[in-house]
Amino acid sequence: MLSLIVFLPLAAALALLALPRLGDTAARWAWVAVAAADLALVIAAWLRYETPTAGRLAFEEQAEWIPGVNSSYHLGVDGLSLPLIAMTAVIFLACAIFALRETDRARLQAALFLFLQSMSMGLFVAADLILFFVFFDLSIVGMYFVIAGWGHGNAARSAMKFFLYTFLGSLALLVGFIGLYIAADPHTFDMVELAEQTPLAGSSLAGGLVLAAILIGLAVKTPTVPFHTWLPPAHTDAPAIGSAVLAGVLLKMGTYGFVRIAMPMLPEAWRDWAWVIIVVGIVSVVYGALVALAQTNFKRMVAYTSVNHMGYIVLAVGAAGLVADDTTQARSVAVTGAVTQMVSHGLITGALFLLASVLQDRAATYDMDSYGGLAGPAPRFAAFFAVGAFASLGLPGLSGFIAEFQIFTGSIAAAPVTAIALVGILLTAALFLRALQRIFTGETRGRSVGFTDLRAAEVWSVGPLLVLSLLIGVFPRPLLAVIEPAAEVAVELVGR
Amino acid sequence: MGSDMAMRPLLLLPEIVLFLGGLAVLVSGSFLPRTRQGVTRVIAAAALVAAAILAAVDLAGPAQPAMEGTFTVDTATGVARIVAALGTLIVLALASDEIAGSPRESETYALFLFSTTGTLVLAGADDLLVVVVGFLLASIPLYGLIGIARTPRGAEAAMKTYLLGALFGILLLLGVTLLYGVSATTSYADLTDRLAEAPQGVVAASVVAVLGGLMFKAGGVPGHFWVPDAAEGAGGAVAAFLTTVPKIGAMVAAYRLIAMLPDTLAWPLLVAVLAVASMTLGNFAAYWQSDPRRLLGWSTVSQVGYLLVPVAVAGRSDLALPALLLYLAGYTVTNLAAFAVTTAFPDRRDLDSYRGMGRARPWLGASLVVALLGLVGTPPTVVFAGKLTTTAAAWDGGLAWLAVLVFVNTVVSLFYYLRWIAPIYGRGEPHAGTVPGALVPRVWSATTAMVTSALSLALGIGAGALWSVLSV
Repeated sequence: MLSLIVFLPLAAALALLALPRLGDTAARWAWVAVAAADLALVIAAWLRYETPTAGRLAFEEQAEWIPGVNSSYHLGVDGLSLPLIAMTAVIFLACAIFALRETDRARLQAALFLFLQSMSMGLFVAADLILFFVFFDLSIVGMYFVIAGWGHGNAARSAMKFFLYTFLGSLALLVGFIGLYIAADPHTFDMVELAEQTPLAGSSLAGGLVLAAILIGLAVKTPTVPFHTWLPPAHTDAPAIGSAVLAGVLLKMGTYGFVRIAMPMLPEAWRDWAWVIIVVGIVSVVYGALVALAQTNFKRMVAYTSVNHMGYIVLAVGAAGLVADDTTQARSVAVTGAVTQMVSHGLITGALFLLASVLQDRAATYDMDSYGGLAGPAPRFAAFFAVGAFASLGLPGLSGFIAEFQIFTGSIAAAPVTAIALVGILLTAALFLRALQRIFTGETRGRSVGFTDLRAAEVWSVGPLLVLSLLIGVFPRPLLAVIEPAAEVAVELVGR
Repeated sequence: MGSDMAMRPLLLLPEIVLFLGGLAVLVSGSFLPRTRQGVTRVIAAAALVAAAILAAVDLAGPAQPAMEGTFTVDTATGVARIVAALGTLIVLALASDEIAGSPRESETYALFLFSTTGTLVLAGADDLLVVVVGFLLASIPLYGLIGIARTPRGAEAAMKTYLLGALFGILLLLGVTLLYGVSATTSYADLTDRLAEAPQGVVAASVVAVLGGLMFKAGGVPGHFWVPDAAEGAGGAVAAFLTTVPKIGAMVAAYRLIAMLPDTLAWPLLVAVLAVASMTLGNFAAYWQSDPRRLLGWSTVSQVGYLLVPVAVAGRSDLALPALLLYLAGYTVTNLAAFAVTTAFPDRRDLDSYRGMGRARPWLGASLVVALLGLVGTPPTVVFAGKLTTTAAAWDGGLAWLAVLVFVNTVVSLFYYLRWIAPIYGRGEPHAGTVPGALVPRVWSATTAMVTSALSLALGIGAGALWSVLSV
């Protein structure tokens, strides 16, 4: 089941490459069909999903791969990964629909995104560190070609910066993985076994160093301050659907690594360094929001709000390391909030980046001051934009609220000082309201004149993302029911 | 004792077949008319295939000494034989475009076979004197090969290689002489115990000298100076050969040497320092190269650094030897894939002249991307599996810092490989003056590039099966 979910897009990508005579339209629709089929498979898996026993995974598949170093082809899902797979499938389908109107090298673009989808799915279901690393690295390679091949502005430079920076992160991660492998007895790369063994328990120096390598790797990808500098140029110059996938899916690989790898495998080191992680989280929240506030380029602004939103997740998982008997419940709420935030941010930011590209498409600029009174000529665009902005700033009734509310409830209970990060919410509210005001209100002026409203492909790609955000905001129970047991397990593991 | 002292020449059948094949090529080449020299290529290919098959048969059996214990036929020798023979076979495919019909065609093939024989002798040597023989047999044909193109740059490169080869050959002989002087033996079986009691200063100096000779062959620091010049100045097929095949024998020989030494001095540290110097220097020197072959030449210097990592922990980690062999096999396939692209477009000697190749020749473009990212060590190519296991071996052997430096260097190397990848998919046209017409690749080279890069992927995905062969 999982192998099919992971490799169906890759097989389709190869098929597309092997058919050079396929027309653009056919390639685009084939892409939509495959993405939809993959989503259907994920939904089927979700319906059949039953919470596995603590420390185990559902739908497990295992086959020998490199037995010499005890690395196997091992897949499985639990409450941490299942929501992310679903979110990934949704985002890629939205991108496929959004791209229906584009004309630039359709077949290649479809193949590349299907490849990227396989890698992203694979990463979230991998239960072996080497397998995880393979998908992690290949997603970087795929995104490099997306930015370099379909980007605009200074795309080559941004793509290079993205590649070098995140590749550095991935190698730091690999160093950490090898450290875990060597410390484990018997040596293994299997995530389930490593989480059982907690190999470096008792040696705080080695444990700290290995955790440092893994944290740096994940922090580059997430990204947190001070490793975030690759993000704004990459987003600004990436094509619309590239930005949506980068922010929606690829950033989650970093935060997912925290809860999947760092916390359960190195619980002792995680507890020792919890405060550092919390501080990095708080700084990312506040700094990301402040810099976003200063932007005039809308896409850059959304990119910086990603730093802010990822900061909440880092804050929450850091707080989960402050082990005390009376806060177990609270810490579990924080982790649940962190995973919810991953899903929610994926949906909302994906939508916002797709909407941002509409600005570029119609009027060739992201500069917010070039617009004014856009609500007049483009009411649908304005409505979608407003929902996305409110969701992102955490308005109740939308998914962002559910996530951030839980993060703060849990974190503040574990460490009251984390309340400082509430400033971030205030700042994002301010900056989104200001953006709405600048672009949509007042006289219709500047580039807003003659602005064409959203087209069908745009409505049907962005719309579902926002509707899902609304659904999670109003009926969070089905999602939380999957996440909560896994979050409790994660908190229990880190408390060992 | 008796069984160790037997000659058992049949165990050396692959080497014998290659050498006789070289002679047959040479003789038949001198009797064939210029237009029918292609026959000699078939003979050479047949000899290589036969050697590989014979080696595979030996590989299935147990490890055995031959030639009175001076030569070992074990997994390492077997794998080196197969990789070197198939590597040279791939080089012959590249030569089919470049050398076919040229003057001195059969001579080139003969020299390839002789040099490959030398590499195999090096790989199996269990005696210092056999190391010397292998060194000479591998080196002397190489000087001829580099100069055989008869271009000014080729002549300069041949001269440089010859002078350096003479210097390092003398150093090697000096080291061997000194080791014999303090131990009264050249056989590895006896050296371990006797060197433990010998004066350590002499042992250290002579081991450095022997290792220096092997590093000349491998193209690593401190014997690396000839590699970039030769890669740039020699013909394409020769460049592919000299950056790939000699390394196989030299690295296995270095492994046997280090594994044999007694634990009296910090050998791992010495080799680790050489490894770091090689990878760092190679990477930084490759930074601003604009000729793809020169860039690859420097990149192979850095690859020797990575290959030295498992040598540093020889005998200290069970992973070391299989990791070295895996990396050697992966490197050979991947490096030849990258060179195959340069021989597919022999006139394009500037990175920018590859601009637009990805769109005009999508499969060849993809092959080059796979090869270059493979050299970086990106999964799922086989070099990734090699890098993973070599660094795990280093860490396992107590050199965690070396593993970290390998990854730091890997990031550094990504930069210059990307300098080549970027124009392939970049927009626009190449600068005027660098465009020698339409992007029409040579057929053999292009096919070879695609096959070898596909092989690099396949071996990476099937690394588990490969590993089980290597770690018998």
